[in-house]
Amino acid sequence: MRDLSFTAPTPVSLDFNKCMRKTKSGKIKTAVKSKSRSAIRFTIFALLGLAACGFLTFDYKDIELSKALAGTWNNAKALFGQPRLNHSSLPGALNALYMTISLGTLSTIFGAVVAFFGALLCAKNIANPVAANIVKSLVAFIRAVPTILWVLIFTIAAGLGSVAAVIGLTFHSAGYLVKAYAESIEEMDSGTIEALKASGANFWQIVLQAILPSSISRMAAWTFLRFEINFINALAVGAAAGAGGIGFDLYMAGNHYFDLRELGFITYIVVAAVILLEMLSTKIKAKVA
Amino acid sequence: MLDKQMDNLIEKTPKKTNQISVFSKRKRTFAITFFGIFALFAVSAIVANYNILSGFESIPKAFAWMAGNFIPDKKALSRLPNILAKLFETALLAVAVTASAAICAFFFSLLGTKTTKAPPLVSRAARIAASFFRNVPNVVWAILLLFSFGQNILTGFFALFFATFGMLVRMFIETIDEVSSSCVEALHATGANSIQIILQGIVPSSLPEIVSWVLYMIEYNIRDSTLIGILTATGIGYLFDLYYKRMDYGSASLVVICIVILVITIELLSNKIRKVIM
Amino acid sequence: MPILEFQNVSKVYGNTTKALTNVSFSVNEGEFVSIIGPSGSGKSTILRCINRLVDTTQGSIIFDGHDINNANKKEIRQVRKKTGMIFQHYNLVDRLSVIENVLHGRLGYKSTLSGAIGRYTEQEKEQAFQILAKLGLTEQAYKRCDELSGGQKQRVGIARSLMQEPRLILCDEPIASLDPSSSKIIMDYLSTINKNMKITCICNLHQVDVAMRYAKRIIGITSGQIVYDGPPEELTKSKIYDIYQSNEGGLITDVR
Repeated sequence: MRDLSFTAPTPVSLDFNKCMRKTKSGKIKTAVKSKSRSAIRFTIFALLGLAACGFLTFDYKDIELSKALAGTWNNAKALFGQPRLNHSSLPGALNALYMTISLGTLSTIFGAVVAFFGALLCAKNIANPVAANIVKSLVAFIRAVPTILWVLIFTIAAGLGSVAAVIGLTFHSAGYLVKAYAESIEEMDSGTIEALKASGANFWQIVLQAILPSSISRMAAWTFLRFEINFINALAVGAAAGAGGIGFDLYMAGNHYFDLRELGFITYIVVAAVILLEMLSTKIKAKVA
Repeated sequence: MLDKQMDNLIEKTPKKTNQISVFSKRKRTFAITFFGIFALFAVSAIVANYNILSGFESIPKAFAWMAGNFIPDKKALSRLPNILAKLFETALLAVAVTASAAICAFFFSLLGTKTTKAPPLVSRAARIAASFFRNVPNVVWAILLLFSFGQNILTGFFALFFATFGMLVRMFIETIDEVSSSCVEALHATGANSIQIILQGIVPSSLPEIVSWVLYMIEYNIRDSTLIGILTATGIGYLFDLYYKRMDYGSASLVVICIVILVITIELLSNKIRKVIM
Repeated sequence: MPILEFQNVSKVYGNTTKALTNVSFSVNEGEFVSIIGPSGSGKSTILRCINRLVDTTQGSIIFDGHDINNANKKEIRQVRKKTGMIFQHYNLVDRLSVIENVLHGRLGYKSTLSGAIGRYTEQEKEQAFQILAKLGLTEQAYKRCDELSGGQKQRVGIARSLMQEPRLILCDEPIASLDPSSSKIIMDYLSTINKNMKITCICNLHQVDVAMRYAKRIIGITSGQIVYDGPPEELTKSKIYDIYQSNEGGLITDVR
């Protein structure tokens, strides 16, 4: 073994034996015990345990897994391999797509407007703590109710259609964006707000002159991200609540006509739209930031 | 000498910009953006056949209706055991889906990340596969699986699994590239091999973030499993749909309350775990 | 006998970005060489070519008598084992303990399994403690690396590379993120290691004055080409301006 001795440039204590920690069997320990390490371990084991518990207790109703998987594989081949429209036309499908995009757009715009004021009420660096807590609990409640349930509840009051879909989607959208916007506002330099306060600016002047300019790009990024989510949600709501759009076409193709090829064609339209929207939002994000 | 440096400095500062022109430019951008959003709004409202007035009207109407009818009644309370059983099943399903998807996603993300220096073709393929699973909406998976699996818990399981897998691969790759790339470079430099680098570098440095993403996906999946449940007639979603269609709104509201309590409990719990592990 | 030799090495990133053009030099065993040059001039690329973190496009690099350009995976591992590397941002596994990070220097020597699960021999652990003691880090041994100061982290980085029992240490801007007093401590350690242990040291530096104080030889590079190679005494002001492509008075440095 090579000689590892060298004289340290500054005097140091070489007595390391008392700092060594040893196991019961006399081996030198290397790992540190930390709360976070054991918490991670505990979380992982707990999740695996719960998962195993789930797999053991689920009611599989005597399903033949291999048969079902093979069937699904064949269906997937038909779905993705031979897309074809049988029951609807391409213009019809595209119209439905525009409808879904519009539902997503409307709920994003509504959500953004509501969320902006909500965020002003609950961002730590500008809000009053009592109001912030109220808004935060309200948002937590709104977010905890699945989007589809909001839509179904509003369907009773507003009837089946775009109004119920948009309002239902807006709830979740606003809840999500309040949290995101508030974080964007909290990230800004606290000195700026302090300086403006010192110069005697009032609340709305601070909002318009400091908060908006410095956090608008981050807010825009969050908004576009939410738009992508809203598009997918609008699709899901169309399928599960019958709220129209291309989601409803998916539902009809699959659960009504049992036509895998049509389902495949519509899926491709949706996937193309998702990718296009993602590209568009990355581009706009790059421009805004 | 100093003068010369000052000259240099002055030369390098951009020419004086007119303050007023900056402000008017900002005003113009603001006006254009505002007008653009308004136009987008108008077009969307027309395409979606959205009536703004009835939209605003519906909100107070809906809340008035909820206050009157959407409250658990006696009949609903008698269904509580059944609801709780389904809720428990849904929670377990969300955990089982997320845990198994996370295990698969971790291996895939090791292929997809730049840090492990997997062959470019393999890493590309891994990323494309993940993006495929992410971009095909879980509604499609649910409808597709329904054909062969029927109304089975496994329909929900796989529908959620594919989408979760796709999302987690992307998040894991981003996390590993961000958190681990510096220490991985150092381990490469010591002559460690790939397996050593993964277990000694990538795992310890990115595990907290990875666990945090998994917790997030569990929350997300509990909410999403309601939707999948309605589509595939399984789990808590089916129960809600059943009461809803029977117009048994008392019981339906109890289902919603139970879901809200579950989701908020899990959110609080994962926030607490996150605080300790980060 | 030179331990390291660059022969007309060129490196092109992608298709167009030239990082190095026809770089040739050789380093003798035991030398302390400092490479200076503006940001993006190719300093880091030179270091990373030596341990093949970066593949060269043209030319050959001879390390210890072997051409490492044609080395296979196993041979690259051999080269890396013998070459320690120190980074600007320390590149430690922040969430592991100091002692675990130091022991990472042994990974190249261990079997896949025992390295992967972090099982080290008692001898290795004691050696790690010895090195830590020399670097004045004994009391930090069981701390997590993210609890350390920048200077301490860099000392852990040095300890990790010493665990490799290297013949050559590559330092990529070791003090660029440190305050002046920690910088001095780190440079003193590197200098002592070079003198007492006869380990060859190649050190990228931003600070010309530091390079001139510690190195016996300075290599100046500008946009991928060597423009100066000689002792610090002969590095005149005008040559420094050449390296940094600036006019008189355009640099923040107070050399001579």
